[in-house]
Amino acid sequence: MLKSVGLESAVDLFDSIPADIILRSPLNTPAALSEIELLARFESLAARNTAARRPSFLGAGAYSHYAPTIVDHLLSRSEFFTAYTPYQPEISQGTLQAIFEFQTLVCQLTGMDVANASMYDGSTSLAEAVLMAERITRRNRVIVSEAVHPEYLQVVETYVKHAGIALQHASFGDESGRIVDVSDTLDESVAAVVVQSPNFFGCVEDVRAIADTVHKAGALLVVAITESASLGLLQTPGACGADIVIAEGQSFGVPLSLGGPYLGLFATRDKYARQLPGRLVGVAADKQGRRGFVLTLATREQHIRREKATSNICTNEGLIALAATIYMETMGRRGIQEVATQCAQKAAYAARRIGEIEGFSLPFSAPRFNEFVVRAPIAADGLLKRLADEKNITGGLALSRYFPDRPNDFLVCVTELNSRVEIDALAAGLKEVWSLESGV
Amino acid sequence: MKKATTHVIQNESLIFERSQPGRIGYRLPALDVDETPLDEIIPAELRRDDDLEGVPEVSETDVVRHFTRISTWNYNIDLGMYPLGSCTMKYNSRLNEKVARIPGFANLHPLAPERDAQGALEVLYELEQYLAEITGLPGVSLQPAAGAHGEMTGVMIIRAFLDARDGVKDNDPPARNVMLIPDSAHGTNPASAHLSGFTVKTIRSTSEGLTDLDHLRELCAGGDVAGLMLTNPNTVGLFERNIKEICGVIHEVGGLVYMDGANMNALVGVARPGDMGVDVIHLNLHKTFSTPHGGGGPGSGPCCCTKELEPFLPVPRVVKDGEQFRFDYNRPQTIGRVKAFYGNFGMHLRALSYILTHGNDGLREATEAAVLNARLIAHQLADTYDKPFDAPPMHEVVFTDKRQSRKGVHTLDIAKRLIDYGFHPMTIYFPLIVQGAMLIEPTESVGRQEIQQFVDAMKSIAREALEDPEMVLNAPHTTRIGRLDEAAAARKPVLRWKLEEKEGVTAA
Repeated sequence: MLKSVGLESAVDLFDSIPADIILRSPLNTPAALSEIELLARFESLAARNTAARRPSFLGAGAYSHYAPTIVDHLLSRSEFFTAYTPYQPEISQGTLQAIFEFQTLVCQLTGMDVANASMYDGSTSLAEAVLMAERITRRNRVIVSEAVHPEYLQVVETYVKHAGIALQHASFGDESGRIVDVSDTLDESVAAVVVQSPNFFGCVEDVRAIADTVHKAGALLVVAITESASLGLLQTPGACGADIVIAEGQSFGVPLSLGGPYLGLFATRDKYARQLPGRLVGVAADKQGRRGFVLTLATREQHIRREKATSNICTNEGLIALAATIYMETMGRRGIQEVATQCAQKAAYAARRIGEIEGFSLPFSAPRFNEFVVRAPIAADGLLKRLADEKNITGGLALSRYFPDRPNDFLVCVTELNSRVEIDALAAGLKEVWSLESGV
Repeated sequence: MKKATTHVIQNESLIFERSQPGRIGYRLPALDVDETPLDEIIPAELRRDDDLEGVPEVSETDVVRHFTRISTWNYNIDLGMYPLGSCTMKYNSRLNEKVARIPGFANLHPLAPERDAQGALEVLYELEQYLAEITGLPGVSLQPAAGAHGEMTGVMIIRAFLDARDGVKDNDPPARNVMLIPDSAHGTNPASAHLSGFTVKTIRSTSEGLTDLDHLRELCAGGDVAGLMLTNPNTVGLFERNIKEICGVIHEVGGLVYMDGANMNALVGVARPGDMGVDVIHLNLHKTFSTPHGGGGPGSGPCCCTKELEPFLPVPRVVKDGEQFRFDYNRPQTIGRVKAFYGNFGMHLRALSYILTHGNDGLREATEAAVLNARLIAHQLADTYDKPFDAPPMHEVVFTDKRQSRKGVHTLDIAKRLIDYGFHPMTIYFPLIVQGAMLIEPTESVGRQEIQQFVDAMKSIAREALEDPEMVLNAPHTTRIGRLDEAAAARKPVLRWKLEEKEGVTAA
């Protein structure tokens, strides 16, 4: 083959690279492994992730839910996972139709008018939502609830650093766990108020009341959701008056996988559709009038607008959005509701069991979906460590990770995958570890 | 030939149109805890009241048939050559998929205690080591979720470094605000620079297809240059042979060089950006390291940088203390977080698997094969299509429609006709500096025979353009639907299905 292009050796292929920057020695990476060796290697690494193999009550932005078997089977079809972004619609109708269904499902679940083809994840979606609110309102202050996921807030801070947007925090009630009244902080410089519901502590916010307050000041309400399963039970942000809704869609059939790849859901009102970041799929017709789907409203995007684009995002989380689409369609109208109801029921049961333990309390009073904060009589991180080591249960997340002033608090998440046996073991384990610690 | 009927697999409707009240495709275990009245858990005014009307009610078979049918309307790498320039559509190993699905990885929660997730932290650490070796840039963050995200991270690092060095305080206007970007760059480059607060100035390309050094020097004279974003090999597939001089010019005026790593598939094992004078780069694991494109994501865009820039990388970083791995959050100069958790870990696993199954010699061989394949196409099509740049290409080659357009046949038509020959079209109308561009990147995942078929198809289309232009202008002829009216779709966008439409009422 080399001869047919007039070359003597493979080295000549790189003639255009100056000699002094050509690598003279082989890369210092390992020699090739066979399939057998490689799998053994990764299996032994995976075996050291002991946390993946025990009952867990971790949530806080990533959730263990049941995924029907067909989700992985269908997305593993070559036609889906080895395809590119659907730039050539005539031979990409499978991907395009799936995205169109995804956009529709996101609208149905959030109660919004229009949704994009997905973003990287919930946290980056929130950052993009803040930038979008600034574009729409031409105002530069954004109020964010401190009960938004702390890592989401950190991402927003990174994104707005150079955007001329001033972030201001709104605290949450020590008793309710809900965002405090923000009306005092609102004026005509405020572009948006950002709330999460259920919030980071699992408390369901009164989104409708917040929307009224925010709209009176001419600002936009951005609602963030980390636990999308809640949409099966809670009032939609759309019905509550949200202007932009972003959510982490991982709950819809996507593995935990140490935090990624996940997908961001991003929805808004019709009137703001042209301010959306990311890809959009719309209906089109060919010359014979046959229905098809295309990427549309591309004039918002970087490949056309360059630095004037609504975002630098190039593509979406295609395959993960497909997983979520297959999940939502398989679970369907009834399944999405049943998962949500089971989560809420099991969390209520778990909260009751844990709340009954002498010395333990539930500091926040607001209604909860499937997560709640527990206040332990001792430091939560030590308690949870013993629980993991001695009882083989991951009991939740010590809040001191993000809130150093809450050393005894931890966040418990319960889903349809946690059986009553596991919940009872958690409650019994907490009680036992505490009694050992206290020497009672 | 006209078919008697159109088979159902050609007419799969939207799932919403298939929905039947009461049909279900799942089963959960019965609730095993004592039930609490729902009103006591969540009051009615906080619960949704629409009973999820419109959400599909379908069986498992419905869903399987639905997605299997629509999947057959997609072209894909497993079917054949996907010569999208700049996109690096290479084979996605099934072994990598298997690795990512090992339960010890797939079921691992991102907030699991670090001591009980040591295998995963080691994966991150090891992949970082290899990417540092491959790029010659020792500081690595795996956090960015895609190429454009990695770009944004990279230019934010430049911003943070310069502000720290030049003593610019938080609310001061930055001393240097100009990011130089060649006119041939990906659109994400200026968009990412803008997101990081830079003003973009465009550098011209020479008639040879390379960065215009004189223009670069001229733009650098202003004293406000923060840096340069450069793709190398560039987007016309040529190695910027003056790369060291280019980096020198930027460094001399106190700026930094960002390299867009979209085209690293031409360099792995052969040359390293760190040795060229580049300060920071992003890699596309979904291009160079074969993680699947998945119909448009997920990607993964690690950012690699010099020792000097390392303190500014996103947090957390993964570090090794003795035999233990942990996340380090204590980096006072960091730009912060660009994503919750640690990046697209599932893609990190696949990329590490790619590196380990190829081995160091295999990585270089892949590069050689990718360049050789592009060279072969350049060689064989140069007589048929206008090739705007004489220099032999690296891993991708650009042609134009100059000769065919005299007969009214344009790049879009050639691309669509290629579909009839069984190939996915090449990248078209990019880069913007080449009129009627057709950017072809075969990658290493095609053999000589398939390249020959591709070349034959391209030559045949060129003949058709002369002898039977209508055939090309009306292509594709073999697909389920014809060319779609994208302009009409954008004028009156329909971006979702609505319940009303099913009942024949036009939605507002």
